[in-house]
Amino acid sequence: MNKIKYIIAREFLTRVQRKSFWVLALLGPFLIASVIVLPVYFASLEDKEIKVIAVVDSSRVFVDRIPETKNLKFRYVENVNIARFIKNFQQEGYWGVLYISHVVTYSPNSVILFSHGQPGLAIKYHIENALKKEIEHRILQANGIEGLDKTLQALKSNVNLRMIKLDDQGNQKDSNTTLAMIVGYTSGFLIYLFIFLFGSQVMRGVIEEKTNRIIEVIVSSVRPFELMMGKIIGVAGVAILQFILWTGITFMLVSVGREALFPDLKRESSSLMMQQNVLQPEATKTIDSSQVSGESEGALTAHAVFEAIRQIDFVVILSSFLFFFLGGYLLYGALFAAIGSLVDNEADTQQFMLPVTIPLILAIYVMINTINNPDSALSFWFSMIPLTSPIVMMVQIPFGVPYWEVAVSMILLIAAFVFFTWFSAKIYRTAILMYGKQISYKEIWKWFKHS
Amino acid sequence: MQLLELKEVSKFYGSYCALNRVSFSVPRGSIFGLLGPNGAGKTTTLRIINQILAPDEGQVLFENRPLRSDDVERMGYLPEERGLYKKMRVGEQALYLAQLKGLDRKEALKRLKYWFEKLEITGWWDKKVEQLSKGMAQKVQFVTTVVHDPALLIFDEPFSGFDPINASMLKNEILELKNRGATIIFSTHNMNSVEELCDAIALINRSQVILAGEVEAIKQQHKKNIFEVIFTGSVEAFQRALRTATFEILSIRTDRTQHQAVVKILSAPADNELLKSIIESVHVVSYREILPTMDEIFIDVVTGK
Repeated sequence: MNKIKYIIAREFLTRVQRKSFWVLALLGPFLIASVIVLPVYFASLEDKEIKVIAVVDSSRVFVDRIPETKNLKFRYVENVNIARFIKNFQQEGYWGVLYISHVVTYSPNSVILFSHGQPGLAIKYHIENALKKEIEHRILQANGIEGLDKTLQALKSNVNLRMIKLDDQGNQKDSNTTLAMIVGYTSGFLIYLFIFLFGSQVMRGVIEEKTNRIIEVIVSSVRPFELMMGKIIGVAGVAILQFILWTGITFMLVSVGREALFPDLKRESSSLMMQQNVLQPEATKTIDSSQVSGESEGALTAHAVFEAIRQIDFVVILSSFLFFFLGGYLLYGALFAAIGSLVDNEADTQQFMLPVTIPLILAIYVMINTINNPDSALSFWFSMIPLTSPIVMMVQIPFGVPYWEVAVSMILLIAAFVFFTWFSAKIYRTAILMYGKQISYKEIWKWFKHS
Repeated sequence: MQLLELKEVSKFYGSYCALNRVSFSVPRGSIFGLLGPNGAGKTTTLRIINQILAPDEGQVLFENRPLRSDDVERMGYLPEERGLYKKMRVGEQALYLAQLKGLDRKEALKRLKYWFEKLEITGWWDKKVEQLSKGMAQKVQFVTTVVHDPALLIFDEPFSGFDPINASMLKNEILELKNRGATIIFSTHNMNSVEELCDAIALINRSQVILAGEVEAIKQQHKKNIFEVIFTGSVEAFQRALRTATFEILSIRTDRTQHQAVVKILSAPADNELLKSIIESVHVVSYREILPTMDEIFIDVVTGK
């Protein structure tokens, strides 16, 4: 077994020396970073244009009643011929014309927005809401309710559902679903991606040795099992290095990108960070809206996010990610090696790929289901079955899973890894020396019966 | 003394019997030929010796004890289908293969340097294997087979696919290795090609050893009392002299003034009986016994003559 270190070293070094490894190392984070940064950037670009809308209000009900925003302004024009006005409002500096007919209070379809550009949903909702509120207000007033403004003020409330999970001992635990979802989804998907990416590297490596015909020389020096395990472990090293590079470079890109695209944000967030520190003692208990009423709305959300991030146990998540990442990869790596040994070239792998691909794709489906419903029986069973557990369990962990479930899932994964490695090694050592023969499932079964 | 001995070795692939009670022994310091047609079981036998495959029945003895897993470090194997990692550099790859054979880095580099200089391929060290021609790659493969100075060298169909220059290089290097004490096993379906090199052989046909032993002894055993006589003089006189029940003239060819006759002695021959019969009639230029070739012996044994 002492020669396995040479095999691991070769498998690792030849892959890390390839250009494609570094291209992937740079490209992966760049894609991830652009997925994170660019939408925010584009959204902020659009925001900067100030749209001035001329309001032609035949009903005269809404004059000065539609609230303005940073980039949406309303000018109320009177005594215009609407037919002529919609032809030349652009020359007068308007982005669009909002026409409100005098029958609006009882015929809701009589409001029209004319514009040359495509109005976004935000504009539509803003105007609709404003008009609706005003109409409601009018109707309530018409029915003669006393102290209306005060009542309406009291009615305005901002509901932000805060969820508290109770564990078996009845202890409370804040759970932030959105963040758990993001963390779970990202780790589950990364495991899926890496199993496919590096599992198929193991497979290609085996096929390469077979088609190169170097295999017979190697197995006359080391046992096939050592060669197979050396390859799987060597590629695991490549995967871990790739993961570290992705994480590091993504982090760098996101922070550099954020600074370049949103220079203000950094100052804001650092001042928020200070507020967060100041608030720390009470904040750990509860965030009462009255307690932070003096804060701006932005600070409040930021505070909630910080609080939620603080709630996540990164040690647990990171270590379980590493475990399920490696466990899943090793399990599938052995299967991919067996598949590689069964064929003479990559095109022939398809008939054997199906049984490996199906559980992985199933895991992705269950993962999406799990995000909506982390406690379902479906999620439970798929987080126990070793072929899907690395992905499905990883999605559940940020939501909080009983320790015994995680432990059972881990033990099953280890047991499955041992079994599948044994199973694959059996196929591998027979199949690597077979050429020019389509191997069927029936034949593989025959080897097992005879060995 | 035997370096290697196979005792009643059998191997089955499912219900197919690839080797059926194969036994033979390889004398230390000899060149041993494993001969037989394609599909006879030669490669399976070599793989069992290399421990790539395990025998289902029987035993392999190496230095008079059962084969151990670390014995692979004392063997060098050049398979019939030979290859290298295309994307790796020549030197790197030779070093890797040498390390897999149990050499440490320093020792491996020293020995590789020796062999690269010997075969005049030092300049290839940093080349990628895919840049090498087939003949160049064969030299590299040969080096990686012998670099760990194995006690037993195994060549499967060594001369197939080698160009003539490399083939003669290979032959010379093999003889040199033999002189330095190595034992060599050849396998080939082209029996006549290694006849002159081999000290001992085993003939395999349809999974079974049908003949094994020293080449000279086998030839003597299977000789058919056929002699070649080259003479000058009258062909008729020659024919007349041998017109008895003892002799059969198989052919007479005339080359300018000399005649070459092939004669079979039918009854058990007394010494020089053929010579005695013709010496009065013609002038004998040369006289020798024709020993059967391995091909002929193989066909005889297979057809049961």
